[in-house]
Amino acid sequence: METEFTPWMSLAGGILIGLSAILLMMFNGRIAGMTGIVTGIIPPVSSDWAWRIAFLAGAVIGPVLFLAFGGTIPYAVPVSLPLLALGGLIVGVGVYYGAGCTSGHGVCGMARLSPRSIAATLTFMIFTGLTVYVVRHIAEI
Amino acid sequence: MQKLIVSGLIGAVFGLGIAISGMANPAKVLNFFDVAGSWDPSLIFVMGGALITTAIGYMVVFGARRKPVFDAEFHLPINKTVDARLLGGSALFGIGWGIAGFCPGGAIPALGFGGLHVLAFVGAMVIGIVLARTLDGLRHKPAKAF
Repeated sequence: METEFTPWMSLAGGILIGLSAILLMMFNGRIAGMTGIVTGIIPPVSSDWAWRIAFLAGAVIGPVLFLAFGGTIPYAVPVSLPLLALGGLIVGVGVYYGAGCTSGHGVCGMARLSPRSIAATLTFMIFTGLTVYVVRHIAEI
Repeated sequence: MQKLIVSGLIGAVFGLGIAISGMANPAKVLNFFDVAGSWDPSLIFVMGGALITTAIGYMVVFGARRKPVFDAEFHLPINKTVDARLLGGSALFGIGWGIAGFCPGGAIPALGFGGLHVLAFVGAMVIGIVLARTLDGLRHKPAKAF
């Protein structure tokens, strides 16, 4: 399935992601990493669960409001439900042991030049690329 | 209360950024990695824009403030060790991301418009985190590593 090359929208989105990372550090002193924020609200919840719920609620409501005010969000899932569930399970285990994902390591950690985040980001980018190659061009699922 | 409102607004900026960038769109994410097929390089601009913005902004924040507005200190990971746990976990995350096309930060903002697909992914992801934490012996306090 082809998707349209959208450098400007993607750049604008990236800058907003960066802006939220800056603001979360400035106000709450926290890394804007989705793995860490989500893990803190899964029982046993962390003591500072309240701001995490607020952040997650905002993250869900933001795009909904954008749609309500006439914005468009291209969205297509060329993956079957069983494979989404399998991928989700593996992602959950992986980000727990890897202590972060694209937002925490790839953006916030890389921006701080953290050696762990650089190593983690290189690793998951390579494995994601390899997996997509295997799924699409070898297994042809 | 102030902290919760601000956290919600920051979350909304994050979610909007993810949604318009294409990170919440598995078709686009998978195409970014499909260099040998229907390649769409857009996500370079997401990562580049987010990374440069954050790097500059962090320098400004850490230079201008000794502590955050709503907390006594900046909570920065102090662990510097690159070990098998980090690399193995990251490799697994990559495999899952490559199968599903969703990463955690891409999936959560899609919950409001993405229907059953993103629910299946996020549900399984939460089970995966719970499973890993249980296997880890429940020794780690939530979010300790973050």
